[in-house]
Amino acid sequence: MAGSGTAHLRGDEALLSVRDLVVEYPGKAGTVQAVSGVSFDVLPGETLGIVGESGCGKSTTGRALLRLDRLTGGRISFEGESIEQASEQRMRTLRRHMQMIFQDPVASLNPRRSVRDIVVEGLAIAGATAGEREQASADVLEKVGLSGERFAGMLPRQLSGGQAQRVAIARALAVGPRLLLCDEPVSALDVSVQAQILNLLAELKAEYDLTVLFIAHDLGVVRTISDNVMVMYLGKVCEFGDAVGVYDEPAHPYTKALLDSVPLTDPDRGFAGPALEGDVPSPLAPPSGCRFRTRCPLAQDRCAAEEPQLREVRPGQYAACHFPLYQADPATNGAA
Amino acid sequence: MSAEPVLQVRNLRAHIGTARGVVRAVDDVSLDVDRAQALGVVGESGSGKSVMAKAVMGLLPPRAACSGEVLFEGRDLLSLPRKERAQIWGKQIAMVFQDPGRSLNPVVRIERQLTEGMRRLLGTSRSEARGKALELLSEVGVPDPERRLRNYPHELSGGMRQRVMIAIALACEPDLLIADEPTTALDVTIQRQILDLLRRVQRDRGMSLVLISHDLAVVAGRTDRVAVMYAGRLAEVGATRSVFDSPRHRYTHALLEATPALDHERNAPLRLIPGSLPDPTDPPPGCRFTARCAQVEDDCRDPGPSMALVGADHYAACTRPVAAGDVPLPVGGGSGGR
Repeated sequence: MAGSGTAHLRGDEALLSVRDLVVEYPGKAGTVQAVSGVSFDVLPGETLGIVGESGCGKSTTGRALLRLDRLTGGRISFEGESIEQASEQRMRTLRRHMQMIFQDPVASLNPRRSVRDIVVEGLAIAGATAGEREQASADVLEKVGLSGERFAGMLPRQLSGGQAQRVAIARALAVGPRLLLCDEPVSALDVSVQAQILNLLAELKAEYDLTVLFIAHDLGVVRTISDNVMVMYLGKVCEFGDAVGVYDEPAHPYTKALLDSVPLTDPDRGFAGPALEGDVPSPLAPPSGCRFRTRCPLAQDRCAAEEPQLREVRPGQYAACHFPLYQADPATNGAA
Repeated sequence: MSAEPVLQVRNLRAHIGTARGVVRAVDDVSLDVDRAQALGVVGESGSGKSVMAKAVMGLLPPRAACSGEVLFEGRDLLSLPRKERAQIWGKQIAMVFQDPGRSLNPVVRIERQLTEGMRRLLGTSRSEARGKALELLSEVGVPDPERRLRNYPHELSGGMRQRVMIAIALACEPDLLIADEPTTALDVTIQRQILDLLRRVQRDRGMSLVLISHDLAVVAGRTDRVAVMYAGRLAEVGATRSVFDSPRHRYTHALLEATPALDHERNAPLRLIPGSLPDPTDPPPGCRFTARCAQVEDDCRDPGPSMALVGADHYAACTRPVAAGDVPLPVGGGSGGR
């Protein structure tokens, strides 16, 4: 579970590049190592899903990209511009191109402002006239499937969860972003509403030529929306690759265990495979070597001594594991 | 079913007064929980599943008006004198809640929380209760139980806290365990451990289990029967296999299709259920799913459907049920083929 590797990087044409991202929170009990050397690229027009359990660093990574949290180390470049040191003023401009949608839609909207004002707040800051804002507000609400006539005057608390998330999406779209960063955008919603929001995101992505970074814990949701998927565990990357490849033939034992733990709607099987034992170790003192080794059914001495690097296991799929379930060259190590 | 069901809910209504009007949270629901079986209760928010559980446990606020019957071993919990009910709750019927962090007392050691029920309801001696507590912690898979007894809740992980909650619920050897969204706050690998544990203790102890979840998949592989609720009403109930293999109510069918599967085809839009829940203070006449259903006709509103047998041990309240054997697509959360 190295994540320190770079084999999976896709280079120059990336819209967003992250290199060796480190986020740590010093505290009384020690330093929480939330993200420990994570690198990835997001290509223009791509939807990259980041999936993992709580404490894996997926949300911290997302917040760090927008510089909402202080970085401990690493480099981030957006459209070729290095932003890890950018001034707060410059970030404010850049965030028009990098918009975010959060988990709790009602809490992410200002409770005292009308839907009309919320969705064009960004434009107001950018100096749009009242007439322009009125028009923009009606247009963008229409795009997310809310009738301006009915909703423009409402306050957030009058909206259902799904409606509030549509407003949050409209607010993000209003400023014309290139990158949409979604942090658990549907996990607070009911299944029937969740599907509406996921389909809406897919439609808007095509219409506005958006690049999407989609962070979620729900594997089914991530599969539905993503082109590529990155699986994280305890601040590191385990596996990266084409969503279909990663889901159908996971190479990292953690990815497989995660998939095997998802309950199935099939009453005969219940689950696809065996359970994973134990709990996630403390991020204050993560295990040496591979951070997954304490729960890994395949762990050996080498996993404690040496941190595995990401390497290609099949075209477009990378795993950070000494003993991957699939690998390019079957001559080395004991693959499954 | 051979013996009489352990719990019989009959025409239960729970109407809760709020500032916006009377919320008809549970509206005429009848349901059986069989002995030594696991019943899943599934529904989205506003379906009434949790309110029903709280009505059974006597946990609804005083402003909630309940009518109907909740028969536990033939005695109606809604009309029993308070003293007699207190002998049933916690002892014969126990409950596990969603958030183990908030259901445990943060300033009391695990030992006292585990032994309290046995000491108070069964009159178990202190040393005997301690021995029993150690056994319970082992049964629910808490490692190093001796040390854990001295811990406070914050010293345990979320998964361990939920195991402790289950141990507390089992302490008085209940006949019925009601688990309300027991894994919703947990990560997927820990959820898996807790679901396996619940099914194991239910079978080992020959206990009845009601597993309440918003997630169809959570109940699918772990229950004998399943009840699907929508907007305060029971939509469909039957043998779990039958309901999942061939859902007959339009809502169940649509819900299964809207669930993102692990083998979902890339870029294929999810089937969705348009619209949202009806206003719980003013539900539509007849079937409550009419505003979102693709097959709605006049008789869905008037007279509306009533619960009818649609297969072996399978009932649905739908005027135009889905044809038997019409399998929803995608078939399931299956990461099939691996």
